[in-house]
Amino acid sequence: MQALYAQLLVGLINGSFYALLSLGLAVIFGMLNIINFAHGALYMMGAFVAYFLLNLGGINYWWALIIAPVVVGVFGMILERTMLQWLAGLDHLYGLLLTFGIALIVQGVFQNYFGSSGLPYSIPDQLKGGVNLGFMFLPIYRGWVVIFSLVVCLATWFLIEKTQLGAYLRAATENPTLVRAFGINVPRMITLTYGLGVGLAALAGVLSAPINQVRPLMGADLIIVVFAVVVIGGMGSIMGSIITGFALGVIEGLTKYFYPEASNTVVFVLMVVVLLVKPTGLTGRAA
Amino acid sequence: MAEAKLAEKPVAATGAEVLTVKDLQAWYGESHILHGINFNVKAGEVVTLLGRNGAGKTTTLKSIMGVIGKRSGSIRFDNKEIIRTTSDKIARLGIAFCPEERGIFSSLDVRENLLLPPVVRPGGLPLDQIFTLFPNLRERLTSQGTKLSGGEQQMLAIARILRTGARFLMLDEPTEGLAPVIIQQIGHTIARLKSQGFTILLVEQNFRFASTVADRYYIVEHGKVIDGFANSELSANMDKLHTYLGV
Repeated sequence: MQALYAQLLVGLINGSFYALLSLGLAVIFGMLNIINFAHGALYMMGAFVAYFLLNLGGINYWWALIIAPVVVGVFGMILERTMLQWLAGLDHLYGLLLTFGIALIVQGVFQNYFGSSGLPYSIPDQLKGGVNLGFMFLPIYRGWVVIFSLVVCLATWFLIEKTQLGAYLRAATENPTLVRAFGINVPRMITLTYGLGVGLAALAGVLSAPINQVRPLMGADLIIVVFAVVVIGGMGSIMGSIITGFALGVIEGLTKYFYPEASNTVVFVLMVVVLLVKPTGLTGRAA
Repeated sequence: MAEAKLAEKPVAATGAEVLTVKDLQAWYGESHILHGINFNVKAGEVVTLLGRNGAGKTTTLKSIMGVIGKRSGSIRFDNKEIIRTTSDKIARLGIAFCPEERGIFSSLDVRENLLLPPVVRPGGLPLDQIFTLFPNLRERLTSQGTKLSGGEQQMLAIARILRTGARFLMLDEPTEGLAPVIIQQIGHTIARLKSQGFTILLVEQNFRFASTVADRYYIVEHGKVIDGFANSELSANMDKLHTYLGV
């Protein structure tokens, strides 16, 4: 049983990253109509910014949780202003190819300087150690990642579904021209949305640094699964991408326990099934 | 050219010119839609653009609102040239637009739809006054915007721009596809707004409806304004009008 709980925890942690990343992808897709293939590279950048902050500036994990998303968010906004904005109105394929190219360049640059092996990033002192829950041993950092991710996801959901700013965002996703004609600076909102989406990716990167080490290809490995998560969940709903993210992490974890051979493919098998049965995804709306 | 003079023709003047459109041309991609539109609207007036389908009435409103990509000529609002201004800034000058397709957002509930357009200046209608005009909306605040009936959606589309403080309203075919009772209610609303000092630029196919609210008319054909007259000159112009509109 211990092993089952351990795998469930691993699943929840992976699910946290899936949720944070697919949430950002969903928000970006909604507003910019861009399938952001650079998401994994930006997640990796988040982890590297945390690494640089600690090793070059002596700035700790807690600050990195704030600074890294801001730095990467600004980098994302520059990408949006200088490149992505010109793709508005074009086929999805253009955005996909452009962001894929950006991902390759960013990852290539980091690989050039840091190789492919991982750089260590240690767990902050406050979150070291673990607690015995009776039925299992819970490393505090891992529990923190799950809970903090959940809080951030729910806060993002609240921002988008329950606030005036979120109403602008949802409305602009439907009809940007009309929202702009009401007096809202939609292009600026689009830039900020991209910044928010990639900021979430960078935040996931910081959270992941002490668990998975800091590697130039950490995002490339993850993003393929995340895209499968997005396909399964559907692009339509914010809550859908959060729930699907966590659920698929758990399903992966359970598969690791019951049939480890399939653990790396179970998400893709599910993706195929969902695409065959409900092509818009579990929570997605028909286009 | 005859139509160039129309803009200066002083008919039923009720105040200073708030909107002056001169030689407005507009394009959708490669297709040239407006070929030189001239007209004006004075403060406190209800002016109606009449014309057949595809004449360029909606495009004229959209050009004024700044949502048409390519346009030339001159649009002056409150003595400011806005032909190069982006639509968000135009809205902030106090022009509000109610599009033909109504533009109710399905991912927003009625309350969110109603509160969506930001207040651009003081003096907008407070919510309780809006609910007096459109009592149905108060009952439906938590419904999804697009779950409303067509009439209610039209009311919502008008109601939400009354809050913003914009005093110049552009309504694109507000009666299209609606039941006579609701058309009447919208007519009363327009009359009430006029009495409160709003200036309204209306596009209508429903000429009988327009005649109940308009001070002046302009006829749009093939992307140009070809005629214009005041409501008082209506009966004298009936024959011409039938020819223009082909009814």
